[in-house]
Amino acid sequence: MNPTVRLPGLAPLFLALTLLVLGVLIVFPLGVVFQQAFAKGFAAYLEPLTQPDALAAIRLTLTVAAISVPLNAVFGVAAAWSIARFEFKGKSLLVTFIDLPFSMSPVVSGLVWVLLFGAQGWFGEWLLDHDIKIIFATSGLVLATTLVTLPFVARELIPLMQDQGADEEAAALTLGAGGWTTFWRVTLPNIKWALLYGVLLCNARAMGEFGAVSVVSGSVRGLTTTLPLHVEVLYNDYEFVGAFAAASVLAGLGLVTLVLKTILEWRHSGELSASRRH
Amino acid sequence: MTAAALSPLAGKPRTRWKQPSILPGFPLAMGWTLTYLGLVVVLPLIALILRPWELGLSGVWATLTEPRVLASLRLSFGAAFLAALTNVPLGLLVGWTLTRYEFPGRRIIDAFVDLPFALPTAVAGIALTAIYAPTGPLGAFFLKFGIKTAYTPVGVYIALLFIGLPFVVRTIQPVLQDLDREVEEAAQTLGATNLQRFQLVVLPAVLPALISGFSLAFARAVGEYGSVIFIAGNMPLKSEIAPLLIVIKLEQYDYAGAAAVGLAMLAISFGALLAVNGVQLFLARRGRA
Repeated sequence: MNPTVRLPGLAPLFLALTLLVLGVLIVFPLGVVFQQAFAKGFAAYLEPLTQPDALAAIRLTLTVAAISVPLNAVFGVAAAWSIARFEFKGKSLLVTFIDLPFSMSPVVSGLVWVLLFGAQGWFGEWLLDHDIKIIFATSGLVLATTLVTLPFVARELIPLMQDQGADEEAAALTLGAGGWTTFWRVTLPNIKWALLYGVLLCNARAMGEFGAVSVVSGSVRGLTTTLPLHVEVLYNDYEFVGAFAAASVLAGLGLVTLVLKTILEWRHSGELSASRRH
Repeated sequence: MTAAALSPLAGKPRTRWKQPSILPGFPLAMGWTLTYLGLVVVLPLIALILRPWELGLSGVWATLTEPRVLASLRLSFGAAFLAALTNVPLGLLVGWTLTRYEFPGRRIIDAFVDLPFALPTAVAGIALTAIYAPTGPLGAFFLKFGIKTAYTPVGVYIALLFIGLPFVVRTIQPVLQDLDREVEEAAQTLGATNLQRFQLVVLPAVLPALISGFSLAFARAVGEYGSVIFIAGNMPLKSEIAPLLIVIKLEQYDYAGAAAVGLAMLAISFGALLAVNGVQLFLARRGRA
């Protein structure tokens, strides 16, 4: 159904109000990031981004995402295969647990790892005896990020695979294809765009996560600060141009995510879960 | 459902926990799902649930009734409630405009609604602070009317408004799209005014989605950290949010206290969710009656 202009008298008013709300609330903050970052010119913008601490933060952010995102992508496919292709008791409980990280405060998602692996955590002493560092180290950042971003891929795949049904896979199996062949040749091609969509959202959150990683990081400059934490460190040191320059890199990441996400919604809307079809 | 249909035994009552299927890979997929979920979600959750009680029941109670903890819980839940409530009419307005009218640039504007999802929270936090600080453009504007925004609970509210808006818009958009236009037209033909049509036809249809959007925005706002701590000012008893208090307790190596606050947040959120579900159920029953 095509949207048609009705209530001709009210349309301009509604449009103006909508633009006002979105402009002030959402677009203005985005603009301010770049305006502040370039406040003292292009050279002053680039300088903080080429500092060793900033480069280390970018590298660490990429490392953490490179571990967390594939883990959650594989989990998402496994969970969707179990949930959308089989009938078993306790399914809705399982789905609730998969969604749970979305309703936890990011700070709590960091806290739980400290409760397990911190100096006074359940496994703290054992880790200390064996000289393994998790909290205030990269592995802690990975664990916190993995927990926060766990539902993203599964949530895209489960409804889509439920909609698609198992007919094509059943046909392939009946014709003699093996289990893995069926998965690679039938299932994966059917879910690839939704998988990409989920990975995209998962990655954006993994690279931008702040609360959960700030709890487990200890913010050691150049060692355990991811890019969002680097923004905070600079900001608290009153290095505003540097903070906004680092923030602009993250804002750029957000914008690229938004563009790719929108393209996927336009081009492949039939191959995404129903709630993503615009 | 589909797997069940494929099964030759689907019709028979089964006592087994899983219905048979010709599809392979269940043990591997399910095994991996449960192991992963157990390690990443369930084990940490058990720690969160058990560790507060190291303080004993009275210790947990003492922690949760510390004035600073109480004030922070009140602020986090209060500001989240008000922000989510404000986002209901704002989200309805934006969702309505984007689904009902055609205008140049509509899809671009529609894409921007998701920006709070895509923008890292710390980035949003420092940007909002720059805008609403006393020297910032909107901060100075509101100050002329005697309203301090940044570094007060108002700042917390503004950040949560930013975070929550897409939840309401995205929940109501599909409902507005599917709404039967004929019913509206019938109402119009029968002489209903615009206001009546909205009140009697549109609103009842979108109400469940509005409530869902509200609860999603609320749940996200309660635990929000990154976009809030910069603009909040973090004054004890005044503008300190509950997640920040968890961080402070952890810095003092008060693990059990931090866990107690975290568990309390989870419990209150869960209670709120149950209440929302109750309202939804009530509305659904009334709709059917």
